[in-house]
Amino acid sequence: MTKRNAKAYWKENIRYVLILLAIWFLVSYGASILFKDALNNIKVGGFKLGFWFAQQGSMYVFVILIFVYVRLMNKLDKKYGYDE
Amino acid sequence: MTSSIFLVEALDVQNWTYILVGLTFTLYIGIAIWSRASSTKEFYVAGGGVSPLANGMATAADWMSAASFISMAGIISFAGYDGAVYLMGWTGGYVLLALLLAPYLRKFGKFTVPDFIGDRYYSKTARLVAVFCALLVSFTYVAGQMRGVGIVFSRFLEVDINTGVIIGMIIVLFYAVLGGMKGITYTQVAQYCVLIFAFMVPAIFISIQMTGNPIPQLGFGSTLSDGSGTYLLDKLDGLSTELGFSEYTEGSKSMIDVFAITLALMVGTAGLPHVIVRFFTVKRVKDARKSAGIALLLIVILYTTAPAVAVFARTNMIETVSNQSYKDVPEWFKKWETTGLITFTDKNNDGLIQYVADKNKNELVVDNDIMVLANPEIAKLPNWVIALVAAGGLAAALSTAAGLLLVISSSVSHDLIKKIIKPSISEKGELIAARLSAVGAVCVAGYFGINPPGFVAAVVALAFGLAAASFFPAIILGIFYKRMNKEGAIAGMIVGITAMLLYMIKYKLGWFDEALPDKSEWWFGISPEGFGTVAMILNFIVSIFIMKFTPEPPEDVQEIVENIRIPSGAVSAIDH
Repeated sequence: MTKRNAKAYWKENIRYVLILLAIWFLVSYGASILFKDALNNIKVGGFKLGFWFAQQGSMYVFVILIFVYVRLMNKLDKKYGYDE
Repeated sequence: MTSSIFLVEALDVQNWTYILVGLTFTLYIGIAIWSRASSTKEFYVAGGGVSPLANGMATAADWMSAASFISMAGIISFAGYDGAVYLMGWTGGYVLLALLLAPYLRKFGKFTVPDFIGDRYYSKTARLVAVFCALLVSFTYVAGQMRGVGIVFSRFLEVDINTGVIIGMIIVLFYAVLGGMKGITYTQVAQYCVLIFAFMVPAIFISIQMTGNPIPQLGFGSTLSDGSGTYLLDKLDGLSTELGFSEYTEGSKSMIDVFAITLALMVGTAGLPHVIVRFFTVKRVKDARKSAGIALLLIVILYTTAPAVAVFARTNMIETVSNQSYKDVPEWFKKWETTGLITFTDKNNDGLIQYVADKNKNELVVDNDIMVLANPEIAKLPNWVIALVAAGGLAAALSTAAGLLLVISSSVSHDLIKKIIKPSISEKGELIAARLSAVGAVCVAGYFGINPPGFVAAVVALAFGLAAASFFPAIILGIFYKRMNKEGAIAGMIVGITAMLLYMIKYKLGWFDEALPDKSEWWFGISPEGFGTVAMILNFIVSIFIMKFTPEPPEDVQEIVENIRIPSGAVSAIDH
């Protein structure tokens, strides 16, 4: 039983990690590098959007991603009884 | 009342620097005495009971070195868009740390990174390879820090660089040896406060001056406060192309290189032993996740301000000096000229300063570091703000140096002496060994600070590549791939770090050829800074390939892996 519990917990954890890392990749390597030129055609205030993602936006997203993960995992720990 | 105002105005930069540096140093030493370590557990992991907030602050100070504080904004201001590789590279790694490493390493509950490698791969060879990698990475990194301390001292206190390095050594020695991780952690909390205040105050002042917006992150995307309605970035793009540089917001590196460098820095960040060991100091697994988040938040405050500072400084500099008469340059220009960090040669003898992209016509060379150090002077800010920058730069360099020295000393006393050479050593003996190796490490670092081998500066950036090529794959596979065995991991680490070293020696140091090979010879157009990405991929491939043909790890090791995946029941780091 506990082994099944641990397996299910691990599976859900991996799913969260994969989703969050996909966003991490899209923002830093996608918006800031690969699609930078396309996004630079859009301007927000004085910022070209691709440039903004590279030098500002991606870093804000990184912080948000970690705190989202912290929240999700705290809930998951409770659900599977691993909270302490 | 009037007399005190008079006093504030009468003090020059020099005196303000003495006062601020003196005050902050007294604070650090006071904290070190109050929090000195009395056991190996306190020495290595601060007793394992540090709160997530304190740990986050300490991690942030540990992370932000002289390079982040002094050099980064300057590098960005010359590199424009390309500077994003450092901004994203040195922050994005924390996402990997929080999601893939920190919680599991905390659950594992040992003292050092080689501890994990050695136990997970049930092998002394694996541990030795890890110790070697940890020492290589940390020493290249720390030598640069001591040099940074020396430079700040020499510029602001007008002592020579060597005296500066020695003063820095004594201070670090004092609280690293006495306090161990516990002393370092709490001094770093104080150092974070000093350095972030010192970085933000001038940035806010200048942002208001140039754009009227007190938040630098918004300011550099706003319109100029001169009433012209032009956006600051548009103006800078215009100025740059006028002088023959590429547009500031476009950059000049190839896309694949930007990609590779960013990835190498991110993965390297997540693989640096002095960062990873931070997460051994908190109480529970959930605290490790949370403190990674707090650390990144605190780091990002500085990292999102730096590109703004870069834009302000570059615009200001071009406007102040470009095509101006050399006779009429402001005082700060002459002052920094004497340090050799600004050089002007009047090639066409017209008495004007030509600052252009064309190397044959350009008459002005400006060092990266000036952008942060001289920025407050260029913007004519009060003397105490200028002095504050010196105190901040020292806080940044000292906190990082101390963190690295601890990794070096624990690698020697714990991983080498206790785990390999003399397992019977007593707790007391190990603590003495830890302190002695810290002293030894400080002396070696100080030696490199005073006699920097020509390649130190070049190598510091590559410490990330080395970490990415060695530790990151071994740790990730150790956690996420139960079947990974010692043969695979050891082969992977050796191939990864060797590939990185060879590429670095060939294309960065040029030791294999008569002259440094040209960029066009780089593999896939990837620079030595970005090669960590390739070496890391090599490590993964070799590890998995070798693993397929060798026996799977023993039952009890597979149980360890299952156990670290469950967050509850993390014991505080135990001696075993």
